[in-house]
Amino acid sequence: MAHISITVNGKRHEADVEPRTLLVDFLREHLGLTGTHVGCDTSQCGACTVHLDGRSVKACTVFAVQADGRSVTTIEGMSADGALHPLQEGFREEHGLQCGFCTPGMIMAAADLLQHNPDPSEAEIRHALEGNYCRCTGYHNIVRAVQYAARKMREQATVEA
Amino acid sequence: MPNFIGSPVKRVEDKRFITGKGRYTDDIVLPGMTYACIVRSEHAHARIKAIDTSAAEAVDGVLAVFTGQDMVDDGILSIPTGWAVGDAMKEPPHYPLAVGKVHHVGDGVAVVIATDKATAQDAAEQVMIEYEPLPAVVDATAALAPDAPIVHDGLDSNLCFDWELGDRDATDRAMAAAHHVTTYELVNQRVVPNAIEPRSAIGHYDPAREELTLYTSSQNPHLIRLLLCAFVWPDLPEHKVRVVSPDVGGGFGSKIFHYPEEVICAWASKKLERPVKWTAARSESFVTDAHGRDHVSTAELGLDAEGNMVALRVKTVANLGAYLSTFAPAVPTYLYGTLLAGQYRTPHIHVNVKGVFTNTVPVDAYRGAGRPEATFLVERVVELAAKELGMDPAELRRKNFIRPDEFPYDTPVALQYDSGNYEGALDKALEMIGYEDFRREQAEARKQGRLLGIGFSSYIEACGIAPSQVVGALGARAGLYESGGIRVHPTGKVEVFTGTHSHGQGHETTFAQIVAHELGIPLENVEVVHGDTSRVPFGMGTYGSRSLAVGGSAIMRALDKVKDKARKIAAHKLEAAEEDVEFVDGTFRVKGTDRTIGFGDVALTAYVPHDYPEGVEPGLDENAFYDPKNFTFPFGTHICTVEVDPDTGVVRILRYVAVDDVGNIINPMIVEGQIHGGIAQGVGQALFEGAVYDETGQPLTGSYMDYTMPRADDLPSFEVGHQVTPCPHNPLGVKGAGEAGTIASTACVVNAVVDALYHRGIRDIPMPLTPERVWRALHAGGDGAAAAAAPAGGNGQA
Ligand code: FES
Ligand code: FES
Repeated sequence: MAHISITVNGKRHEADVEPRTLLVDFLREHLGLTGTHVGCDTSQCGACTVHLDGRSVKACTVFAVQADGRSVTTIEGMSADGALHPLQEGFREEHGLQCGFCTPGMIMAAADLLQHNPDPSEAEIRHALEGNYCRCTGYHNIVRAVQYAARKMREQATVEA
Repeated sequence: MPNFIGSPVKRVEDKRFITGKGRYTDDIVLPGMTYACIVRSEHAHARIKAIDTSAAEAVDGVLAVFTGQDMVDDGILSIPTGWAVGDAMKEPPHYPLAVGKVHHVGDGVAVVIATDKATAQDAAEQVMIEYEPLPAVVDATAALAPDAPIVHDGLDSNLCFDWELGDRDATDRAMAAAHHVTTYELVNQRVVPNAIEPRSAIGHYDPAREELTLYTSSQNPHLIRLLLCAFVWPDLPEHKVRVVSPDVGGGFGSKIFHYPEEVICAWASKKLERPVKWTAARSESFVTDAHGRDHVSTAELGLDAEGNMVALRVKTVANLGAYLSTFAPAVPTYLYGTLLAGQYRTPHIHVNVKGVFTNTVPVDAYRGAGRPEATFLVERVVELAAKELGMDPAELRRKNFIRPDEFPYDTPVALQYDSGNYEGALDKALEMIGYEDFRREQAEARKQGRLLGIGFSSYIEACGIAPSQVVGALGARAGLYESGGIRVHPTGKVEVFTGTHSHGQGHETTFAQIVAHELGIPLENVEVVHGDTSRVPFGMGTYGSRSLAVGGSAIMRALDKVKDKARKIAAHKLEAAEEDVEFVDGTFRVKGTDRTIGFGDVALTAYVPHDYPEGVEPGLDENAFYDPKNFTFPFGTHICTVEVDPDTGVVRILRYVAVDDVGNIINPMIVEGQIHGGIAQGVGQALFEGAVYDETGQPLTGSYMDYTMPRADDLPSFEVGHQVTPCPHNPLGVKGAGEAGTIASTACVVNAVVDALYHRGIRDIPMPLTPERVWRALHAGGDGAAAAAAPAGGNGQA
């Protein structure tokens, strides 16, 4: 057993875990944060995407012990204050989800993109999301959802500036 | 009151999904939960000589290890299929865990149950199984050879059924007299549905109440309960069983069927008197989720000198895999052969289908189920005929379309198409794509060595399955009606109960729109309940684009009953004759007066019946069952343009236009979403996907490492147009939209690629059209098709 201390969605958690415990299993099973999903066992679907120190990672490909002392944001942390993140709003407004299983991972991957590129082209959005499988939407409305959020976040930034 | 019908209302279910609060089966944790890990066969075909579970049982944390024999000894029977194709159909047993022999890689042999997931997995490796490997057969055509290994003991061949439809003699005669015959040999390759949520099941037996709850990622919980209690586990009383399908992360057909793991978790939970959870690893999904397609066919299309289609003759060998899954026999027969008329007036059609067992994962319905296979065949052979005759492919289609004034139209393959306007959809799609301009652009590009192509797919589907009488005559062992319930609460809030199941389709919104519209109440006053046998009286689930056409119609029937009763109450309160009371926008009014009573007041009166009409029961809660009169027949034309890179063989879709006629539309946003997703899956089959086995039955595509699906940067945005020809025989005039995209798009893309390459002597490339296959075709010199690495069989055998 290894002792870890991880800040998840702003809250610190101490736990003893088997060293082989994956971050995604720690989130889902130890913390009950089941918004982060598991869609594969080869790091290809992106359903498990979370942020580790602000960058998106596939939580099935990180051991919980690797996140020791670091900060994790999951989908549950995106609307922690009750207000939807522009991406969450965008997915709803533009019908960017159907079954919703890929959605948390998509939102986390897209959030990483928008942090670094506030005004991405359609091609840039598609490229940024190519690590995330969606089997329902054909991606068309996911692209619209990210464009919606990018617009909204730029507007908010202008207002704040 | 806003008009909810036809309006792109945002989905009410989205909030929980975008905030990470969806509740899928694997998210459920119950007190005392245990975890199952299934030990699976690594052999495609082998006799089980011995199973030693002692080492696994000794692992700390392991509660039990069970084998197939343990289950059989305890009264567990074989999982049946739901359809029969003729009396001679062979139905070998399918035990939840193998007994005596394993029949495909992934077949379950034993189950280890432990207090946590990792322990179960560790212990599963300690289960020692001694096998006697047997020769395996993978390819369906090879499985029919006289010396082929026989998959099932007790059968003398691998032929499951030999089925035909249509007038063979008349078709042969018309073919012999045809001016031109286009022959097309094709493989509709095996694909893996791959819903992103892996399948999961939890059995939860309550010994105190002797009740079992089964949570399962299923598209139809009622059918699972019925199959489990009536066939697989006859000692399990149906009224003591509750099956819950909570949020389900996509299905596409693969979650319709009754799977072994549902039986295993339910049974083991009773044995251990603790909840038992199993969730597939993705690599496990690849060898246990039912696969789709896998046909090898020959099609011959006869035409007269003017280009009129005179006969179509089809021979298909369908790979059914190792066992008959729930819908498996119906897919390559009733859902395939009956659709071979397409949109055309071809007077003579004959189809023969041989269903064959092999040592592969069972094959069953995958989005479209039989209809994509039919459409692919018809639209590819029509396209080739146009090329061979030097006719414009759009005009050859137009010439042969069934015309609007010919409906209802009886096809030579048993269906009666109810309505349609095929030319309208084609014209709209041609206009959207700018056909003439594209042909000019294509000619210009070709001069510069660039390869552009345009492909068509004019499809028809039979949806809204299904009229019980018709499917009964066809061999279904169940009726395919649907139930709907409307429970008006005293405060006027409404619960809607449907036997269909939403796993992405947005029923919680669409059905609420219908009810809010009909009762004239706000959307937020309506709650749609689905996926729980203890709450919904009965249901046949969601597949075959049936939810709105059949389930929505049942809800309409229940609404009629509610409105009738409410009108009686309103008339009494308004002291008017019932026929003088009208119901408009949520208010009952005595016609021509200002005397009114609101729906909410009527609801309250129904539950507080102090002043109440004689002979009317209190309460406002109605159920209805709806059995459709006919299938519905959505149709449309899709057109796409592609560019093929001659140096790399990479196919890029430039534009994709879809014009679909799915009848009346309740929520256009949701319908378009369904079309988009459907197109993507069909494109996946055309360009990327294929389940591949080696000759010993080892799957070579066992994970996302080696099975390719479309990613965001593989696809363009789609241009979707609608045409509306209401369905004439259901109360909503709807037809179903869930499968249209997939049915159309595969042929559309392949036709476009072939159009780009035909002048280079290439008339076909077997799917998937990977860069390698396209490149090889281009560099084979002349007869591209022959050299394009054609797979031996439908499974894309390497
Ligand atoms: S679960 Fe698929 S990438 Fe992590
Ligand atoms: S919404 Fe179902 S997988 Fe993306």
